[in-house]
Amino acid sequence: MTTSKPISIQSMLLSRRDLEFVLYELLHVDTLTTRPRYADHTRETFDAAIDVTAKIAEEQFATHNKKIDQNEPTFDGKRVMIIPEVKAALDAYCSAGLMAAAHDYELGGMQLPYVVTQACFAHINAANIATAAYPLLTTANANLINAWGSEEQKATYLPHLLSGRFFGTMCLTETQAGSSLADTRTRAEPQPDGGYRLYGSKMWISAGEHELSENIVHLVLAKIPGSPPGVKGISLFIAPKYLVHPDGSLGERNDISLAGLNHKMGYRGTVNTVLNFGEKGGAIASLVGKPNAGLAYMFHMMNEARIGVGLGAVMLGYTGYLHALDYARKRPQGRPASGKDPLQPQIPIVGHADVRRMLLAQKAYVEGGLALGLYCALLVDEQRTAESQDARREAGLLLDVLTPIAKAWPSQWCLEANSLAIQVHGGYGYSREYNVEQFYRDNRLNPIHEGTNGIQAIDLLGRKVGMEGGAALQVLERAIAHSARQARACPSPELQRFGEQLTAAFARVTEVTQKYQAARDRAYAQTALANAHVFLEMAGHVTVAWIWLRQALVAETRLARVESPDADFYRGKLQACRYFFRWELPKTEHWHRLLNEPDSTCEDMQDEWF
Amino acid sequence: MKVLVPVKRVVDYNVKVRVKADGTGVETANVKMSMNPFDEIALEEAVRLKEAGKATEIIAVSCGVQASQETLRTALAIGADRAVLVQTDAELQPLAVAKLLCAVAKKENPTIVLMGKQAIDDDCNQTGQMFAALMGWAQGTFASKVIVDGDKVSVTREIDGGLETVSLKLPAAITVDLRLNEPRYVTLPNIMKAKKKPLEVLAPDALGVDITPRIATLKVEEPPKRKAGVKVPDAKTLVEKLKNEAKVIQ
Repeated sequence: MTTSKPISIQSMLLSRRDLEFVLYELLHVDTLTTRPRYADHTRETFDAAIDVTAKIAEEQFATHNKKIDQNEPTFDGKRVMIIPEVKAALDAYCSAGLMAAAHDYELGGMQLPYVVTQACFAHINAANIATAAYPLLTTANANLINAWGSEEQKATYLPHLLSGRFFGTMCLTETQAGSSLADTRTRAEPQPDGGYRLYGSKMWISAGEHELSENIVHLVLAKIPGSPPGVKGISLFIAPKYLVHPDGSLGERNDISLAGLNHKMGYRGTVNTVLNFGEKGGAIASLVGKPNAGLAYMFHMMNEARIGVGLGAVMLGYTGYLHALDYARKRPQGRPASGKDPLQPQIPIVGHADVRRMLLAQKAYVEGGLALGLYCALLVDEQRTAESQDARREAGLLLDVLTPIAKAWPSQWCLEANSLAIQVHGGYGYSREYNVEQFYRDNRLNPIHEGTNGIQAIDLLGRKVGMEGGAALQVLERAIAHSARQARACPSPELQRFGEQLTAAFARVTEVTQKYQAARDRAYAQTALANAHVFLEMAGHVTVAWIWLRQALVAETRLARVESPDADFYRGKLQACRYFFRWELPKTEHWHRLLNEPDSTCEDMQDEWF
Repeated sequence: MKVLVPVKRVVDYNVKVRVKADGTGVETANVKMSMNPFDEIALEEAVRLKEAGKATEIIAVSCGVQASQETLRTALAIGADRAVLVQTDAELQPLAVAKLLCAVAKKENPTIVLMGKQAIDDDCNQTGQMFAALMGWAQGTFASKVIVDGDKVSVTREIDGGLETVSLKLPAAITVDLRLNEPRYVTLPNIMKAKKKPLEVLAPDALGVDITPRIATLKVEEPPKRKAGVKVPDAKTLVEKLKNEAKVIQ
């Protein structure tokens, strides 16, 4: 085995070569420039935006990642204290115009396609996921106000959110209402002036209180008295920390107070709060859109939010993989299995097969996850800007069925990559002097928030695969069949075989889906739904196998035309695809058995037996 | 007042360079390239002069391959008003670049030419000085502070013994050092604006400059790997080795 030295940029965040492969060779993102909205763009403007984000990520975000983890925000009863590096990084981010990247030129934006903004943000996520949460939340908040706010609300908040003068939050959860938003208790009392006052308490509110921005714009789910019970009675409100005058200047402080901070395993730099609304007479708030439509407004943005969480998980896995690779190439330990002469110098541990196994698994998870996440991000652009109505509808359907996978798969498997990165480092990886243990702790949040993976599983099997008479799954089936046909037509017998294996694996997903649909409300459906997580894993692995086959087909074509060292890049892609088809995809056969019978071991377990 | 800022496209400072297998130079295929960091500082200073109302126009100029247009676009995004590329695939040595810059300067009549003290690829540290001499202008090199005042510019220079401040009559050439300023990040709206700014492409022939290299490169090789050290039994052996093997004392 020979070790080729890294020849291009030695980024520990993300391989630029891989990013360019995914954007331009796999997804052909540059063709978006034919759409009217992106007509001013070229690949050069996309690259320039990625360049500046990567630079800010390296110089401003990565540099305090460890420090903020070791010095989490504190609250002295009056103010929240955060190390100054966080504000410096966010100021650099905002002044570069990154908060408004996707928005119209008139709003100070760059009108970048969603997929390019995600490629940019990937660097920020890899550099410092905790500090990245502030712009992530603010962007989501601004998008929601832009989509559903009144003209007055937009004028009051949008310019300031996009410039970074105000930051935003999402206040959904309450102590008794986490995954179960139907149990929301925060109350919104209508006022004579047409406004509302909020009373209640919100839990797990990231970025809920700080002095990183002049103001904080809270988007709050609450119930207007007399509204229907459950999720149908939830409305969405804007409640700012400081009231905003029509000229944009700030007025008095709103009745929103910090009850305390939560202390988490990872993401420690993202101040996480318990907020009390209306302790002193009611928090002044304005209704977004119509009453009782709050959850629908939130869910409208759900695909993007969940793809965003998935990509965050990918990037933590990705940077962990690059750290492990770097360590394995530099750390001498032991001698080759073929000759254990103690007089010979030790070899770098990448020379050991078991270390290469762990590195290859990480590569397969994180590069597969990145391609999946960016593909879904491209679907968001397709849904918005594709030329024909049909193409937009198809992209929307694909997105609906792939979103739970794009969120859950990376948060499960790129977390596994982080575990393997620690393993490659051995004892050093378990120590806090190295970076990989933090990546693991940070990433452990991603299977939990933005809809737990259990919720994603029920969403996929219970709703998405059957939606519109199974239309979404059919679109996915056609897309996968297209790649399988390409594989069958390619000269490589191995890729031909992978194409057949993919077709067979997808048929197993369809089989379970059809059985489940046909059996609705009967015993099979109930047990299958109890095993929904296995279905999510199966569908996820099949989807990522598809993504790997597509990457391999590009690599195979390019390999015939390039010289070393770029040839090594394509060989790496082919090897990772091989790994996925030989080591990972076969797992779906077992998962299929559990669903097909279906196995009721977990469902039958009784509380008393534990 | 016009300011001319020469910018060079170089291998990015994060890249670990590798010598080409045939020993003719360093590998640049598939390697990230960016603006010479010292030139970025020069450009930042020019933009600050414009923001302070001292400069009226900033022209970025580069000499080299077509891809240097990307570097010039970055310069335009940072704040240059227009750009000039003297395009050639031929090898360019400092004297040739200095002559090309002279030709451009004679066309453009800038009051100040601000450039990096050296490029991080060949580390020559010659172009600015050669340019000033060819133009017959005053020069202030290794600048850590630049103050324009009427028809003079005061330049604080970083020299071995500390700081030296010189006053130059304009027009003048200034080469900048690391501590002059901290360059800003490009902003997204400015990336779009840069696309619409003019970028002129010239040929060396059209400027009447002979760019033929005067120095021949015989071979490029990696620096020798550091060898493992040895333990010496006593100070006497150490002194002996320093005298006879390392030859660092007499």
